Amino acid sequence: MEDDAPVIYGLEFQARALTAQTAETDAIRFLVGTQSLKFDNQIHIIDFDDENNMINKSVLLHDAGEIWHINGSPADKAVLTTCYSKTSESRVLTCAAVWRMPPEWESGSHESPDDSSNNPQTLELLCHLDNTAHGSVACVLWEPMGDGKRLISLAENHVLLWDLQESSTKATISSSATLEGKGQLKFTTGKWSPHHNSTQLATANDTAIRGWDLRSMSQIYCIENAHGQLVRDLDFNPNKQYYLASCGDDCKVKFWDVRHINEPVKCLEEHSHWVWSVRYNHSHDQLLLTGSSDSRVILSNMVSISSEPFGHLVDDDDLSDNEESQQEDKGKEPLQDSIIATYEEHEDSVYAVEWSAADPWLFASLSYDGRLVINRVPRALKYRILL
Amino acid sequence: MSSATTPPDSDPNRRRRAHSMLKHYYGLNEEGKVTEQAESLDPCDINGPHFDPEVYLNKLRMECSLGELMDHESCMVKQIRSLDSDMQTLVYENYNKFISATDTIRKMKNDFKKMEDEMDCLSANMAAITEFSAHISGTLQDQHAQITKLSGVHTLLRKLQFLFELPARLNKCLELQAYAQAVSAHRRARCVLQQYSHMPSFRGIQDDCHVIMEKLAQQLRQKFRDGGSSAKDLSECVELLLQLDEPAEELCDKFLSHAQSRFEADLQGLEAELKDSPVTDTGGDLVQKTNPGSNPVSPSSSSTTNPFLSPTAGTDILEFIDRGCNEFVSSLCLVIASYQELFINRPQEGELASKNIPEMANGKLHVFVDTLAARYFSLVERRIQEEKGVSDNSLLVRALDRFHRRLQAISKLLPGSAVPSQGTEIVVRAARERIKQYLSALQTFYHDSLTDVRQALAAPRLSVGGASASGGGASSKDATPSLPELLSSLSNFILNQLKSVLASVHLFTAKDITFSNKPYFKGEFCSQGVREGLVVSFIKFICQSSRQYCESAGDRGGSTPPALLLLLSRLCLDYETSTISYILTLTDEQFLVQHHTPVTPVTALCAEAREAAQKLLNHYVKVQGLIISQMLRKSVETRDWVNTIEPRNVRAVMKRVVEDTTSIDVQVGLLYEEGVRKAHSSDSSKRTFSVYSSSRQQIRYAPSYTPSAPMDTNLLSNIHKLFSERIDIFSPVEFNKVSVLTGIIKISLKTFLECVRLRTFGRYGLQQIQVDCHYLQMYLWRFVSDENLVHFLLDEIVGSAAHRCLDPSPMEQSVIEVICERG
Repeated sequence: MEDDAPVIYGLEFQARALTAQTAETDAIRFLVGTQSLKFDNQIHIIDFDDENNMINKSVLLHDAGEIWHINGSPADKAVLTTCYSKTSESRVLTCAAVWRMPPEWESGSHESPDDSSNNPQTLELLCHLDNTAHGSVACVLWEPMGDGKRLISLAENHVLLWDLQESSTKATISSSATLEGKGQLKFTTGKWSPHHNSTQLATANDTAIRGWDLRSMSQIYCIENAHGQLVRDLDFNPNKQYYLASCGDDCKVKFWDVRHINEPVKCLEEHSHWVWSVRYNHSHDQLLLTGSSDSRVILSNMVSISSEPFGHLVDDDDLSDNEESQQEDKGKEPLQDSIIATYEEHEDSVYAVEWSAADPWLFASLSYDGRLVINRVPRALKYRILL
Repeated sequence: MSSATTPPDSDPNRRRRAHSMLKHYYGLNEEGKVTEQAESLDPCDINGPHFDPEVYLNKLRMECSLGELMDHESCMVKQIRSLDSDMQTLVYENYNKFISATDTIRKMKNDFKKMEDEMDCLSANMAAITEFSAHISGTLQDQHAQITKLSGVHTLLRKLQFLFELPARLNKCLELQAYAQAVSAHRRARCVLQQYSHMPSFRGIQDDCHVIMEKLAQQLRQKFRDGGSSAKDLSECVELLLQLDEPAEELCDKFLSHAQSRFEADLQGLEAELKDSPVTDTGGDLVQKTNPGSNPVSPSSSSTTNPFLSPTAGTDILEFIDRGCNEFVSSLCLVIASYQELFINRPQEGELASKNIPEMANGKLHVFVDTLAARYFSLVERRIQEEKGVSDNSLLVRALDRFHRRLQAISKLLPGSAVPSQGTEIVVRAARERIKQYLSALQTFYHDSLTDVRQALAAPRLSVGGASASGGGASSKDATPSLPELLSSLSNFILNQLKSVLASVHLFTAKDITFSNKPYFKGEFCSQGVREGLVVSFIKFICQSSRQYCESAGDRGGSTPPALLLLLSRLCLDYETSTISYILTLTDEQFLVQHHTPVTPVTALCAEAREAAQKLLNHYVKVQGLIISQMLRKSVETRDWVNTIEPRNVRAVMKRVVEDTTSIDVQVGLLYEEGVRKAHSSDSSKRTFSVYSSSRQQIRYAPSYTPSAPMDTNLLSNIHKLFSERIDIFSPVEFNKVSVLTGIIKISLKTFLECVRLRTFGRYGLQQIQVDCHYLQMYLWRFVSDENLVHFLLDEIVGSAAHRCLDPSPMEQSVIEVICERG
């Protein structure tokens, strides 16, 4: 029971940006970027102690501006990118930069977390992703499973591929693509596909989802009207290379096979407001996490379109002493597509959800009022999948 | 004594007395027996039989005086004297009579003697006559025998003459084609010729006859084969041939094959009509009453084709069936009848009996009828299948009825035949097919009516959009029907159509239709066919298609006008509350459905309709909310909130939002009831908001601007949220106006909030938001069930904007109010 109780952490500021520390595979660690126009913004490093069910936090100052997006390097756990908005001459521009965490934070935070929050250390700027020519940056993506040398930034209607050189202190645009069309097109989000040797990218603008080939920097597919309204987020299935999940303002989560883009493979309509974030579990792609501005986080089990379509049979003995609140069928039949749990710990819109990089059964969600909630996959289901 | 004293001179009395005494003497006593006996007991009665003179005298002497005695004596003497004279008279009379009798007897004796003589004479004469007679007959005896012999010879000669003349006669008959006569003549002579065939002369005749008869048979066969003759002629032919000892089997075959050829013609005629139809179909309409046989007349003279009329080719189905019945079935009946008469029912005689003709013939007949009927049925079925139009069911039913009725005749003629049951099956299939057609017709009708409604809706939308809040619907009323009118007309159309379809289908079960009492039409047709297949399917179809409107429109942008969604939702709701049960009750009553098989209960249908209504209404809320949201979103996203100028007006988009909401309110109000508001809304006005907002806002975000207290930022709002219920934005709504409007406003304001959170504001940007929110507050509270909801969401918007503001210095409440008042 105790390990099903969610762990809640409150930030002083409003926040939208959340990421797992991708390169960290031992500790369960999340990074949260705050949004405040009045105060210095911070990056909170949330360490979760699984055994004691406790949270350790460290705070790093991010004085460049309020953070809209944050992403950790897949190779170096100390390196991260942020998208932050900068106000200058009564103009708001969202920029992107690569940062390195100061090396001391870790030891300091562990020994005396209070000190670190009192005297926050500052991030070390590695380089700017200069976007003056391209406009506001919507998000920055690391090459998945890469060596931390390649980045993509989506700025207005441009896709920019950056190479980091000289131990990430210099960024140069290696190639770029521009989305042309009538009206003012603007990327809202994107995702770098981990498949095909990381040569594919999916982006979202308005109601359309587009796929790009990074070698030729050209569009390879386009799902027009993927959602009735704005597409808010995308995620690739980590195990099935053509499968893609998307969510948007029509309250739906849709699953696409990019080879057959006319119809979604599946469609979920569980949220009662816009869905802002969708994430596949990194190892068990039937587990899907969604966060919505109806203040709910929903964990779904999409067995039918996962790479483990029939699931695993549950051993009754293992379940017998397990006092799970989940009313899962204990029968031998395969699991059905279903909602596993709805988490209602948030009281404001949930803008980000993220699986832990280290523990595949653990995830965090962040709502606008600065509340971070860490939850686990119900144990019954976990055993069911594992055994 | 009394008798003694009776006066003796009273003559009639005395006479009667004497008379009676005579009578008594002869035993003829009929009266006075009593008195006699009374008298008889008295020995003193002088007239009684037991009279004793001694007793009488003694008595007299003892009783009477002398005078009396004297008197008595004189009286007695007088009486005796009169008696004496009487007796004398009597004797005399009798004597006279006796003498006359003696005379008469003597006279008779003389007469008899004379008569005896005459009798003797007579007998002598008779003897003479007898003698003469015997003599005559003796003489005539010889001649009589001769005459008898002569008449025998005469008869024989006539027979012989007949025989000798036979060939000639047969020839003549042959010439005159009087076959029947010839055959009967030959039949008469045949045995004789057979018997005396050893005599050369007879043999010659026989041979001649054979030759002639052979020729005759040939001719008959020829005639038979020619087939030009009528069935009656034909049967005559067959009869003759049978009499001529033709093999029956062959005759059967021939008879049938001949009949077949004629049926072939009938069937081909029918088929030709079928084949004609596609041509005439495309060629347009025809004069309906064309002669079935004649070619389709030029399509120039034509009534205008109604699309709902059946696309009848050449002839309508009734005529077709009529023709089939009159030509094919009736002649089939005729053939069967005559065949049976010829081969089956004929008295079995002699050698024919041994061949067991009836059985063989019956078998042949069955096969024959079955094959022909199969072809006929296939033609009829093809024709029925062509009957796609659903306009006039009575025609089809009448046609089927006739078809079925006529087949009954066959069943009567041919008891074991499968033909009638096959016919019934065809009817059943046609009925099934009919129900399917009606269902699809209803479905197309429904779609068409929806298209009409759509068009009707498309027209007033312009005016509704531009119409003022006072009455968007009313202003456009004269041009196009309003929503309630559309709804009622739509539902009436559908209901009427359904009713008329039911009425048409009902024809199948009418009393006077022969097949209506078949088990299928009593049971399955009513329950499975009409109720389930037609009515329930149609209702399900309505729900289903309604739901499709929700789904298709959701993905690919609002292709369905929202008003239509609203209308359909109301329609489904009406169905749920009353129409479904009404329709089903109507059906059950009309068709007396006996539920042998489980049928869909009313409640399940109602639930389905309600679900559809709910879904449609939800979708309506979503679509309308989306339209307003999009306006708000675009307005927030496209503006540069940092560098905006000081607000002087409410932004036009807000006015637009209020206007749209008002028109939606009007629209929904046309179809749905008001619904329940929270109690305090009635007397609350915008004043509430002004107090509320001015006080609240200051409390809420004034402290947050001081850098010293970053932790208080959201405290109040969080506390507020802690105690208020979670707001589900896209939640199902109830079937009333307030709930619908609440849903739409919730969606719109939530969108506004989320968009505001994504932007950064300058000072005037914040102030503009304040103004806008105040304006919305002024107008939107009246639409929702709980105005606190609007307050809360607007507060949240202003709060978020303040948070996202670089230079948060809110506008004075009074200024805001002035701006809003100004419009």
